[in-house]
Amino acid sequence: MEKAIVRIEGVSVDFSGFKALNKVDFSMDTGELRFLIGPNGAGKTTLLDVICGKVKPIEGRVLFGDGIDFEKLTDYKIARCGVSRKFQTPSVFENLTVFENMELAVKGGRGLLASFRKHTSTEKDRIHAALRTVDLEKRVFSKAGDLSHGEKQWLEIAMTITQEPALLMVDEPVAGMTGRERSRTGEILMETARDRSVLVVEHDMNFVRRFARTVTVLHEGRLLCEGTFQEVGNDPTVIDVYLGRGGEAQENGH
Amino acid sequence: MATKKSRFLESTLNGHGAFFIGCVVLFVLPLLLSDFRLNLLGKFLTFAIVALGIDLVWGYTGILTLGHSVFFSLGAYAMGMYLKLQSESLPDFMMWSGLTKLPWFWKPFAHAWFAFPMVILVPVAVAVVIGVPTFRARIKGPYFAILTQALALVFSILFIGQQPYTGGTNGITNLQGIFGYSLSEPATMRGLYLVTAVMLILVFLFAKWLVSTKTGRILVAIRDGENRFRFLGYNSTLFKVAVFALSAALAGLAGALYVPQVGIISPSMMGILPSVEMAIWVAVGGRGTLIGAVVGALVVNFAKTYLSESFPSSWLYFQGALFVGVVLLFPQGIVGLVAKLPWLRKARIAAAADQESASAVRG
Repeated sequence: MEKAIVRIEGVSVDFSGFKALNKVDFSMDTGELRFLIGPNGAGKTTLLDVICGKVKPIEGRVLFGDGIDFEKLTDYKIARCGVSRKFQTPSVFENLTVFENMELAVKGGRGLLASFRKHTSTEKDRIHAALRTVDLEKRVFSKAGDLSHGEKQWLEIAMTITQEPALLMVDEPVAGMTGRERSRTGEILMETARDRSVLVVEHDMNFVRRFARTVTVLHEGRLLCEGTFQEVGNDPTVIDVYLGRGGEAQENGH
Repeated sequence: MATKKSRFLESTLNGHGAFFIGCVVLFVLPLLLSDFRLNLLGKFLTFAIVALGIDLVWGYTGILTLGHSVFFSLGAYAMGMYLKLQSESLPDFMMWSGLTKLPWFWKPFAHAWFAFPMVILVPVAVAVVIGVPTFRARIKGPYFAILTQALALVFSILFIGQQPYTGGTNGITNLQGIFGYSLSEPATMRGLYLVTAVMLILVFLFAKWLVSTKTGRILVAIRDGENRFRFLGYNSTLFKVAVFALSAALAGLAGALYVPQVGIISPSMMGILPSVEMAIWVAVGGRGTLIGAVVGALVVNFAKTYLSESFPSSWLYFQGALFVGVVLLFPQGIVGLVAKLPWLRKARIAAAADQESASAVRG
């Protein structure tokens, strides 16, 4: 049994009366690649928000690694603990070049004085290695704002990877990508998951089927079930609330 | 492929060439201008220093501040107090208000070793006190701008109200000399002009260096995506307070250079109006370019001088029209407009293409 990288105990999130998460228990092992699925409004993104400190739960707690309690930590301190996040809409620094984006993300000093330091050659190598992984090496000096949608997604993935997090959370990585880009993204996530824990929120069922090992299903702020894609796909409640509706899952499948 | 000529022009106008020409012009002008005009220019150069600070905060970091006249004035008052005590042991306005003894907090300002650091430290302290709670509470955009405006109002009311200690509406007037040189001597004025010009050049080079380091990218990152920046593990509050304090320090320095050249500092330099004007200089010159801040401060103030000499009552309308015109027609300011000139554009595109192909070769 692997040690848990993150353990969520009885977490509830309340958006002025609307329970986005309702007493959710969730746990993920170190080195695991986990997919989080569920219909719109199920609380997937909110769960990521809770882990990375963007949203504070009204009850329950988030324990990380060796039992670090995230309750009192602000977002940037949580990031320093080794949690990095790729947002749903690509959020890169549009007015900086690809390299400059990576330079800010690469693991290293985050203080006032460190900001005067020039990047070391090791850091530069790491940046180039990460850019090679996402096929952006030729765009090093392009402005991030000039990249295509898919390239921005990849840049952000590369930025989160180069932070060398223990836990990488990825929110809808293949949204707006072409078929080939999707496959490549899946491969990148598989590669990344070799040495760290990765939590992916995804709507695209074909993508999930292809790359998921373990799937967690959320529905209306509650954890519905957990298992392999096969198990989850055969679960009657899941079929009932989600897959069986034929709506979202099919629509987003292509 | 750009011609050699256009590339030379581009590097001259954007790079070291322009900087060099600018420096030469600054040092030649004392030979060409009348004492009156030179004194005016010296004053405007101090405004350019403030504008550089505002550009770092607003242009680079995206924090609109409408209270920088407070920091400018705090530096100016610190200098004014020092200069006043050089010629009078008990300032005239204190006597008129019935004070017989110099207040305790005035006393150390008689010494340069105390007053000069205070020029910087007082504005920085105020900036930190304002910055830490507001930036920590994630107050930004128009809310922060309004807050800094309130700061300007509060300080001007405070300084007007404390007549016995600040000189009230009149401020600190009748300043005589600095380091034994009379402030009414043209030679002293020329010296002060040169000191100001050197300071402006140093501040400009410092700001250029600062934005060329990773700090420059950090400021832009805060402007473009503060949340993303925080989730990379950076404490954005720390950087925002730091850049705000730095710009306050520059404003204080500018204020201290302003006072001996003008010979007076009053709360009229401290209110909302001068604060807004300072932001206008940067907007007109071009945000996020540094050189735009300098150009904007000089252009707007010379326009103000000439227009108010010719049309005394209508300068404010001109200024309003200028601001609206800039915002609507060329949001990148004068510098942005110049960069759009056809031959400069061509050269820039060629330079970008060069860089692209160079990176392709490396990759």
